[in-house]
Amino acid sequence: MVSLKTNCGGIESPNPFWLASAPPANSGDQIQRAFDAGWGGAVWKTLGQPIQNVSSRFGAMNYQNSRAVGFNNIELITDRTLETNFKEIYETKKKYPKHAVIVSLMVETQEEWKDIIKRSIDAGADGLELNFGCPHGMCERGMGSAVGQEPSVNTKITSWAVEYSSVPVLVKLTPNVGDILPHGLAAQAGGGHGVSLINTIKSIIGVDIDKLIPRPVVGTQSSNGGYCGQAVRPIALHMVAQLARSRDFNLPISGIGGIATWRDAVEFILLGSSSVQVCTEVMLRGFGVVEDMIDGLTDYMRTHDFETIDSMVGKAVAPYSDWGDLNLNYESIAKIDADKCIGCQLCMVACHDGAHQCIHPEPSGKTRVPIIDESECVGCNLCQIVCPVPDCISMEEVDNGFAPATWNEHISGGATLRPKKGSH
Amino acid sequence: MSRVDKERTEAVFDDFKPAYNRAQALTEAHRCLFCADAPCIKACPTSIDIPQFIRKIATENTRSSAKTIFESNILGMSCARVCPVETLCVGDCVYNGMDEPPIQIGKLQRYATDLAYEDETWRPFEAGDATGKSVGLIGAGPASLACAHELRRLGHACTIYDKRPVVGGLNTTGVAPYKMKADRSEAEAEWVLKIGGIEVETGVEVGVDKSWADLGEGHDALFLGVGLGPDHGMSLPGEDLPGVHGAVEYIERFKLGAVDLAGVQSAVVVGGGNTAIDAVRELAGLGVPSVTMVYRGVEDKMSGYAHEWKVAKQEGVRASWRSQPLAFEGDGKVEGVRCARLDDAKQPTGDEHVVPADLVLLAIGQAKLEGLLSGLEGVSFERGRVVVDAAQATTREGVWAGGDCANGGKEVVNAADEGKRAAQAIDAYLQGAK
Repeated sequence: MVSLKTNCGGIESPNPFWLASAPPANSGDQIQRAFDAGWGGAVWKTLGQPIQNVSSRFGAMNYQNSRAVGFNNIELITDRTLETNFKEIYETKKKYPKHAVIVSLMVETQEEWKDIIKRSIDAGADGLELNFGCPHGMCERGMGSAVGQEPSVNTKITSWAVEYSSVPVLVKLTPNVGDILPHGLAAQAGGGHGVSLINTIKSIIGVDIDKLIPRPVVGTQSSNGGYCGQAVRPIALHMVAQLARSRDFNLPISGIGGIATWRDAVEFILLGSSSVQVCTEVMLRGFGVVEDMIDGLTDYMRTHDFETIDSMVGKAVAPYSDWGDLNLNYESIAKIDADKCIGCQLCMVACHDGAHQCIHPEPSGKTRVPIIDESECVGCNLCQIVCPVPDCISMEEVDNGFAPATWNEHISGGATLRPKKGSH
Repeated sequence: MSRVDKERTEAVFDDFKPAYNRAQALTEAHRCLFCADAPCIKACPTSIDIPQFIRKIATENTRSSAKTIFESNILGMSCARVCPVETLCVGDCVYNGMDEPPIQIGKLQRYATDLAYEDETWRPFEAGDATGKSVGLIGAGPASLACAHELRRLGHACTIYDKRPVVGGLNTTGVAPYKMKADRSEAEAEWVLKIGGIEVETGVEVGVDKSWADLGEGHDALFLGVGLGPDHGMSLPGEDLPGVHGAVEYIERFKLGAVDLAGVQSAVVVGGGNTAIDAVRELAGLGVPSVTMVYRGVEDKMSGYAHEWKVAKQEGVRASWRSQPLAFEGDGKVEGVRCARLDDAKQPTGDEHVVPADLVLLAIGQAKLEGLLSGLEGVSFERGRVVVDAAQATTREGVWAGGDCANGGKEVVNAADEGKRAAQAIDAYLQGAK
């Protein structure tokens, strides 16, 4: 019997799907409707000294027929009074005692941290999330990513929060750093109970080429914003996995960044997240997207023999290796299923112009199904990536008779490597 | 176990709307906009959460997709094939408003439900805890199947009675074979019955083999899903000539067995409704060289679906509009239909003409089963239909009705909706009766 019950850093929820601290988690009304739709938790949009926002605030990157594969915003933290927020947190917790309400916080001085933490917990917060990530606006005032980029400041403020808090403290990390590990370790050193990542990536989403102004346009100007949405998922997955594979880092992780479907959630969990947070997909399509996330995750767990979320967490971390430890003698080649091929020859042009020139026209010209010169195919995947027909091109393992050998083994012990292909 | 003839005539048809493969289904599913308060849901008589099931196809969460469909409509597999989606969900897709092809909801629903049927280990629903109550359902068509399945989820025992040897009602005996063949309908009935606890007694005609009194004794509630009766005749000279048949009766013959159309050069179908359009398309598909629909009215006033008639014309069917049959003529067998030409007010103009025909099918409606149900005192009728309230209750306590016998002849999806809602009302009644 599959259970989605979640415990992330001591914060419990009926399932691992949490609204991220963002516009969908701006008010009690929204969060309560989200819980009704099935969301297991919500991280309340960051509280601090209420700010004044600009108009407009959002921008999107479209690709071909897909709208908003990437998204950015220059909205700041809450613009509502703290009193209103705390009242709604209280009402929400009262109505939904089993759902997780985590309150995101961002203030400046030690006194302010002490005060806002007490008020959040009094209102009923199940956990706190320290916003050390916001890469626009707030960082100019010395908060958000300005804190997250300085490990010593991160550790200091985290330790304040942990001292003042009677509930678990998650530290939300910024991806706007060269290596995420020191920042995760800084949160751990401060006594944090977990980390959430990634926050948004500093970005300019585009330029209005008629008005000659970057987007989103604010009158005659613009500003850099925070980039998110499906396009950032690979960056987020790497950072989550980078922490999860470190022997020094031992905190639970709440994964964030481009999660739009149950499959994305599974990927984050397998790479070490014990809960996942979603914003952009909800902004684009509403709270109802959680139904497929819950059903799809449940069916995945049932068919893959995982009974609990805990038993799944991090199960794909071990194969994440350094390049130097990969088996250079593993060989795969592309195969085209002629029955499925529609003759677009995208694979051929991709191979000729972008890879290793081993896919060719069929010599007789009687068919548009290309042929693969297997003696030259390096198994790079590019043809499979561009093929528009599912399962038409497959990558098949070749038994070349060579024992496994890595680069590190080769340079240290002279392990034999197979002859290179495609290096003509 | 299929009870229909393997060598039956309908087998020659291919699907008019072929099944999607995975690549096609994913491509189409990704086009869906996931509309809020979606018009397609409102257009569906069973209110299937269409954007949600399509999203689940897009994420390859297909079992959950099928469950979303079956949660609203347990007959979602056949409805995916037989629903007039052009006038329901697909017709209301917002893409129509931007002159883009609407989402092919029926084909996506078929993709998800067919995959679910292939997974024999997977069941979307379990029977509820036994309540000790028993419901008798008369007729084994879509309305009764949907009703019985819902009753089983609620824990009530069910027995379905049908006078025919086959189950599935018109879904088995009457659906155009280019939409769905009889064995697929049987497979659906079998799949629905897998919830367990539904007895099926075929070959039992209520009122003949089993009395209404016995039924009332044996069950705590009854559901009438008996459909409609035989094809109406026209009482015209020559109607008893060999070669003149009721359309529903004739369609059933080639759905369940074999018919020989070898000598038929020209066929006439009388009528302008959906059965008439099915019949002309079927005869054309079975290779009859000349097929003509004879209808009293004009093309844009016919009651059959315009999208279906458009296809019929593309398939080579012709029509004789403003034509009222007067007599079936022929020597020893039918050779033609003598018709009066009508004017716009459907009054005879005085002109007559003969449409040649070696085969004539009458598709001018079916009899109501008022006579059969007259054994149930207290059930009332209006123009032959069983009178029901908003919860499908008849005017006799403890008796509900749905499907064609109550709605006069609508779609399978209406029968599914009425059967399910009746089950919920029966459950409330039985709970109160405890």
